Amino acid sequence: MKKQSKQKFAAVLLALVMAGGAALTYSPKVSAAGVSVTGTVKLDGTAPHQKGIDMSKEPSCAAIHKDKPVTMENVVAGSSGGLANVVVYISQGLSGNEVSSAPAEFDQKGCQYIPHVLAINPGQHMKIVNSDQTSHNIHPQPTKNNEWNKSQPPGSPPFDVAWANEEIAIPVKCNIHPWMHGYFAVVKGPYGVSDDNGSFTMPNVPPGSYTLTAWQETYGTQTQQVTVAAGKPATVSFTFKVK
Amino acid sequence: METKIMKTSSLLLGAAGLLLMSAVSWGQMTAYQESQRLNMEAHVGKYTGHAKDAEGTYRRYCVGCHGVEGDGQGENAQWLDPMPRNFTLGQFKCRSTPSGTLPLDSDLYDSIGRGFDRSVMPPWNTLTNQEKVDLVAYVKHFSSKWTTEKAGDPFPIPPEPEVTADKIQQGQVLFQKLECWKCHGVEGRANGPSSDTLTDDQNRPIKPYNFAEGARQKCGSTDRDIYRIFMSGLDGTPMPSYIDNVKPEEAWELVFYLRTLQQKNAYNAKEKAIAKQLGLKPIDPNAPVPAAPAAPAAAPGGQQ
Repeated sequence: MKKQSKQKFAAVLLALVMAGGAALTYSPKVSAAGVSVTGTVKLDGTAPHQKGIDMSKEPSCAAIHKDKPVTMENVVAGSSGGLANVVVYISQGLSGNEVSSAPAEFDQKGCQYIPHVLAINPGQHMKIVNSDQTSHNIHPQPTKNNEWNKSQPPGSPPFDVAWANEEIAIPVKCNIHPWMHGYFAVVKGPYGVSDDNGSFTMPNVPPGSYTLTAWQETYGTQTQQVTVAAGKPATVSFTFKVK
Repeated sequence: METKIMKTSSLLLGAAGLLLMSAVSWGQMTAYQESQRLNMEAHVGKYTGHAKDAEGTYRRYCVGCHGVEGDGQGENAQWLDPMPRNFTLGQFKCRSTPSGTLPLDSDLYDSIGRGFDRSVMPPWNTLTNQEKVDLVAYVKHFSSKWTTEKAGDPFPIPPEPEVTADKIQQGQVLFQKLECWKCHGVEGRANGPSSDTLTDDQNRPIKPYNFAEGARQKCGSTDRDIYRIFMSGLDGTPMPSYIDNVKPEEAWELVFYLRTLQQKNAYNAKEKAIAKQLGLKPIDPNAPVPAAPAAPAAAPGGQQ
């Protein structure tokens, strides 16, 4: 009798766990046993000419760049054929819904956005900093999140910002300095953004089969399948053709 | 055989119908959504507005510019600048609420009654209060935002202090420090260095407010309205919100200084008289921002 009830209890427990598991299939935690997916993004062809930026209307910023003229950043290619500012993320196959708690910072420095493209999870907090001696207004123009427009005079404290919904990508601009533009890529799960050499790292990707998407502001998106095995870091590479 | 063909064709028809229905839902509301959203209410003071009750009023007075769908694409829209508001976006300039949030029902009500200076939107004072509140509900029914979000929390506006020379001078310091002049110009003539590059959210060129020329602001003419305008920002335009970085007492100082820039205004006699007494000169954007205004004792007049 006692044994029977124990069995019954175990069965109920099992059913509960299974039901729980089923209910959680949408949002289980990404396991800590994730591995990193690294890779490079290349540009096939000669990078298009990037227009120079005349900052003479903002002397405090022009002074910062007096030795090295700045250009637009629609396509930023490194010397080794790498393509920078490409966001790589999991567009299909992700079962987790973990929000990164990693610090994310978006700086306004020398009347430029640093980084030019910031990737972030929905709900992840980011800091918007003004390091300049001039006022900026931060004016993101999302379509799937709420648009706002805030002034940040020099010396004012950083803004703490989070985005509710996935969106690739939210353009952000400063109306006072019309050359300033950047992006917030709001993506679920692990993400990486390529550096000047085109290298990126997506940390903590749990084992599984995924569709990876690489997004570049001028060239759009590319996708690729990847299977990540437990304990084995994976590598992926993307190539964008100059249009 | 025949029946099979018929079956297939009816299936195809069905599929086409489904496709058509989903196509409708992308572009505009389905009949069901429309009927649901027509239950939208608005509350202003003792009045409760019902979207359903405004259908006639909207079709008579508003549809020509704002369009049947409320998308700002009415028949007259092509001739207008500024363009009529697109209500489907759920984004509004004149709010008592923070940037990025929905306005209060009373904000929309005030906008209808006030009209928009320097646009073809007149003050709709011929409508009854009830008609205006019904229209507010009708305006809201065009955007799904009102079904998923609440209006923002209105930020408090403390009572207006007495105007003094000191406050006007401090306001001028803020005008320089916050770089209002970058767009509005050192004399408020809408000719600042960034003024000719400004665009709105639809990438249409837009002019900053010209304090010297304009008699009234778009979102109201009182001191409280001016306070609210720069604290909330005008969503959809380059004008940002300053509420995070301007204290309430500073905001009033800025209001008083902005009043001195208005040449065609009936509300600013006091501010202009003080400015004249002070011999207030436009700011010099190339000079460093003064740390503090002149000591109150040294300020000639203005203090009562």
